[in-house]
Amino acid sequence: MTRTAATPLVLQACALAKAFAGTPALRGVSLDVVWGEVHAVMGENGAGKSTLMKLLAGHFPPDAGEIQIDGQAVRLRNPHEALARGIVMIHQELLGFPELTVAANILMGCEPVICFPGWLDHRRIQREAATRLDRLGLDIPPERLLRELSVAERQMVEIARALAHRARVVIMDEPTSALSEPEANALLAIVGELQRDGVAVLYITHRLEEVLRIADRVTVLRDGRHITTEPAPGLTASRLVELMAGRAAAVSATRSETVTGEIALEVQGLGRRHRFRDVSFAVRQGEVVGLAGLMGAGRTEVASAIYGLAPADEGEVRAFGHPVRLKHPRDALALGIAMVTEDRRESGLVPQLALRENMTLASLRQFCRGPFIDHAREARIAAEQVRAFAIKEAGSRQPVSRLSGGNQQKVLLARALLTRPRILILDEPTRGIDVAAKADIYALIRRLAAEGMAVLLVSSELPEILALSHRVLVMREGRLAGELDPRTASAAEVLHLAMPD
Amino acid sequence: MTSAPHEPASASPHQSVPGGDWFRRYGLVLTLAVVCGALALVKPTFFSAGNLINIVRQISINGILAVGVTYVLLTGGVDLSLGSLVALTGVAAASLAHPGDWPALVPILAGVLAGLLCGLVNGTVITAGRVAPFIATLGMMTAARGLALVASGGRPVSNLSPAFTSLGGEVAGIPVPALILLVVTLGSWVFLGNTRLGRHLYAVGGNEMAARAAGINVTGVKLFAYALCGALAGLAGVVLAARITTGQPNAGIAYELDAIAAVVIGGTSLSGGVGGVGGTFLGALLLGVLNSGLDQLNVSAYYQQIIKGVIIVGAVWLDRRTRAR
Ligand SMILES: Nc1ncnc2c1ncn2[C@@H]1O[C@H](COP(=O)(O)OP(=O)(O)OP(=O)(O)O)[C@@H](O)[C@H]1O
Ligand SMILES: [Mg+2]
Repeated sequence: MTRTAATPLVLQACALAKAFAGTPALRGVSLDVVWGEVHAVMGENGAGKSTLMKLLAGHFPPDAGEIQIDGQAVRLRNPHEALARGIVMIHQELLGFPELTVAANILMGCEPVICFPGWLDHRRIQREAATRLDRLGLDIPPERLLRELSVAERQMVEIARALAHRARVVIMDEPTSALSEPEANALLAIVGELQRDGVAVLYITHRLEEVLRIADRVTVLRDGRHITTEPAPGLTASRLVELMAGRAAAVSATRSETVTGEIALEVQGLGRRHRFRDVSFAVRQGEVVGLAGLMGAGRTEVASAIYGLAPADEGEVRAFGHPVRLKHPRDALALGIAMVTEDRRESGLVPQLALRENMTLASLRQFCRGPFIDHAREARIAAEQVRAFAIKEAGSRQPVSRLSGGNQQKVLLARALLTRPRILILDEPTRGIDVAAKADIYALIRRLAAEGMAVLLVSSELPEILALSHRVLVMREGRLAGELDPRTASAAEVLHLAMPD
Repeated sequence: MTSAPHEPASASPHQSVPGGDWFRRYGLVLTLAVVCGALALVKPTFFSAGNLINIVRQISINGILAVGVTYVLLTGGVDLSLGSLVALTGVAAASLAHPGDWPALVPILAGVLAGLLCGLVNGTVITAGRVAPFIATLGMMTAARGLALVASGGRPVSNLSPAFTSLGGEVAGIPVPALILLVVTLGSWVFLGNTRLGRHLYAVGGNEMAARAAGINVTGVKLFAYALCGALAGLAGVVLAARITTGQPNAGIAYELDAIAAVVIGGTSLSGGVGGVGGTFLGALLLGVLNSGLDQLNVSAYYQQIIKGVIIVGAVWLDRRTRAR
């Protein structure tokens, strides 16, 4: 431990425990956070990371244990009380008020007023917001509406908001999982800024290289237990994986090198107004084609067009040689095209339905006799998938929204595979998935391809796209900017192609 | 049956309190039992066969409407036109049900079909026209009422054939409307818990975008829900006309609110995706027991309204309390 007795603690969790409907998520976890440190929290999917952070941010109370701030025990009954004590959690999904300006968002809840009845001092709001943004080195105009910003920019606004509330501890739960590499780098730079200001950052991520780069200390959780807290400098990636999984990680299989299958999916001159245009490529059976690019380059739009979610308005799609018209995902599924969408909250899960019901949603016909669902068969197949993907269930009848983020993602992968697709479109398939499970999913994708499936892979993680793809297509500002051979290309080359001049 | 996966049970976005699980499942039954027990103490005749039959007869119209609107609420929509549809379809059926006109089946089908058509119009305006369900069905509420008045010239349509009015009568001492409600409820219960389309209703109400991405025909599912809701409103209209032996253009005012109240008391979420028709039936029963109990206790109609209002909100409040942490 590098900390000396004199270092003041900001925040301390003492033997926190939390169970959901009788199932323990946290079993007595202790953690301390000191001024100005970046403290990474790591662990497998369902290890209890988010639960711990939510306790610290006042989302719900612990069943046992206590939280101390500056050595004093506190009870945080809601996020507002946590905020008043300087603890802020940056959420990945719920980012502010889209219809208000950046400035209004930053000062929401601590707006300067002119006199008692509450007239807002608009000029001061603008000015103070601008100062905050400046201090973080952001050039986002304070008068823009929040909804016009990208996810990354919104996150930064949220961080500026934390500063406006004089936060001393900022909690970030997988902030970079939805970002492309340059954006993630910008975010990491801001974490550095926060640290220099003396703010402590609790940082959850599944990306090892981030941890090794920015963290001062690392805490590892497993099955709701505290495994270790160690200074980051002494750690290596493989050691971290071992700590998280409790075993050394499996070595990943290599991709088959040559692909000779028939052309499964062919896209010609595909375009949708204001989104992308003139996109042409082909994917062979047994081939994994990677689609790389920055956020907003149009990768998701191209994938959605092929799947019929947001149909293209020009160009042609051919599946197995036949021109097809895809107006609705139903059409695509009927042709053997399945897709895992990028945003599991928005277009992925039905949160109120149970795990099983979510899993079989796209393939329900298989589980039906006439119009009736064969519940026993459905349950059996779902249980098989739960085992195959090692999904950590919260109880079979529980709404799927109670699963941890990574486990929710696995449900969506299983849903797509249950439709027995011949063409699989994956948009950020491993978002939020832990390192060990990721290796399993990579192996799965390779196996599916080896068995003849055509895979179109959209991913912002360059190592992922380079390791899995046979060919990498790079998109820039709505057009294909080029093609690279992942065996020879480096991440830098991909980025170079992806960057607007 | 292994099913009915969506009892209000799995509804809560939060974790449960100890004992919450039990209460969640049986809370409404318990409330119902307590109310019945209290009434029986004050009024020993409460549990007499005659009184119980009377209660089921009285809830049957509201019950049929409530089951219908459950489908719509599950998709995250709402239907405010039910009361007007009851009037319109009642008038439509009655106009074809004079003695010597047609066999009774014709007016019955006409009423149901009229309801179905209106429901389809609702659904089309909502899906194709992208009009909010509240507004679309508010429009239908006004227009259908007008249509009922025009069609009947503003006067009740009476002199109906005995074959038709027997629909409001009894078979072996059991009211036919109650039997219809029972069949409708059971059918819906099986349908929602065990069919593909039933599952799709929940998915559309839970997350429309995700449902679409999973290949579900969202438009079709919604059309189905509104059409079925309309058809059941038609059935209710026909049954009402048979029971009061007239087609009343002024019938059914504010029925939609009672129906929605029953559904919500039964644990179906107004925002869609959660709930079921079993709860709806119990909700309608609770309202019916209250109505008849307060009547029998000679509580003035004015006070009845106050008490009912408090109990509706109280039941839902209790329900949500036990589900939230
Ligand atoms: N509201 C809830 N109700 C029931 N169970 C829950 C709830 N929230 C979390 N859990 C359970 O608690 C466990 C820990 O979940 P948590 O979200 O903390 O995991 P995590 O470490 O953040 O995982 P991930 O890396 O996948 O995000 C999981 O098994 C999860 O199913
Ligand atoms: Mg998490």
